[in-house]
Amino acid sequence: MGDRPLIYAGLFLFVALVTLPVWQGIAAQSSTVGPELKAPAHKKQCVAPRAYMREAHMELLMAWRDGKVRKHERHYTAADGTVYNVSLTGTCLTQCHGSKEKFCDRCHEYAGVSAPNCWGCHTSPPAEPGGVAAVAAGGMR
Amino acid sequence: MKLTRKDFLRVLAGSAVAVGAGTLVHAVGSANDKESAGSTVGKKRWGMAVDLRKCREEKGCDLCSRACHRTHNVPQIPDRAHEVKWLWNERHDKVFPFQQNDYTRQALGETVPILCNHCTNPACVRVCPTQATWKRTDGVVMMDYHRCIGCRYCMAACPYGSRSFNYVDPRPYLGTPNPDFPTRTTGVVEKCNFCEERLADGKQPACVEACPRNAMVFGDLNDGNSPIRQLLSGRYAVQRQPELGCGPSIFYLV
Repeated sequence: MGDRPLIYAGLFLFVALVTLPVWQGIAAQSSTVGPELKAPAHKKQCVAPRAYMREAHMELLMAWRDGKVRKHERHYTAADGTVYNVSLTGTCLTQCHGSKEKFCDRCHEYAGVSAPNCWGCHTSPPAEPGGVAAVAAGGMR
Repeated sequence: MKLTRKDFLRVLAGSAVAVGAGTLVHAVGSANDKESAGSTVGKKRWGMAVDLRKCREEKGCDLCSRACHRTHNVPQIPDRAHEVKWLWNERHDKVFPFQQNDYTRQALGETVPILCNHCTNPACVRVCPTQATWKRTDGVVMMDYHRCIGCRYCMAACPYGSRSFNYVDPRPYLGTPNPDFPTRTTGVVEKCNFCEERLADGKQPACVEACPRNAMVFGDLNDGNSPIRQLLSGRYAVQRQPELGCGPSIFYLV
């Protein structure tokens, strides 16, 4: 009978330790809602439907990569007939998504995806909205 | 000697295998020949002619090299052990080592712009284990940096030293990179791509455009009426070490 306080203290400690990640999450004010990605104001549609891009953008990018480098396919025709220049930096980022930090990294970090090695060679436009502004001004190539 | 039925069948089978193997070897061999010689009708073969007389007159000029390296984000690494080059000036005796005589040696110090020869029979392509480098139908010897594993077989195979390896991260040596072309990363081999990204837009290579004397002429070697062919039929031109059998597409007008 004299062990009761010890047992309760041990139980409390155990529960506290097991639920530690929950408390940490609450303390860090994190939520299960993923990062909110801003859609570019001047474009209504990505090269493919949003749901497909969310799930399979990596496959599309790989297909673009192999097509452009190895098969001379420098243009991509979307389902709605729009023709895009195949270019990660020039089309995806400069025209719509801004920069790697603002777009790619936020989701990849949230989802715990190990960073893809695209950026070892491909360059990201500056993180400032200058890139997008340059497009609006017609300064993009 | 009496031939048993068993021995007869054995000899017959052996002969069939021998004849079959011979036919197979012949077929494979002629297929290879067809691939390398090939029909040139309707097929492009990009090539370049460099007028060394004009280069001689503009001694010390490196505008072509600078334009190339700026366009393609080629780093300027001061350590010569790590340097990366696509198009550069090399000493005459290094470029044409077997064409020196007592009198041309006097011309030492004279330089020749050299770049990837975009060979018709490229040694680098044969040795690449991942097909990261291959020959396009238009004659450009391409590199796919995504596939390069950095084994450097191609560097060992290329008799012209046209390839460079990224021993260090090139980005700190770039200044302001050209946003229209990717950089490279540590551990891949790189070389001149004949400005394939500009060719796709219908433009001339950056070096050709940068030369104020038009010393470099670029065009289709399979087209008898192209300016490069006109030039080559009118003046004496040499290739670098043609005896090696690689078939360089860069010609030097001497």
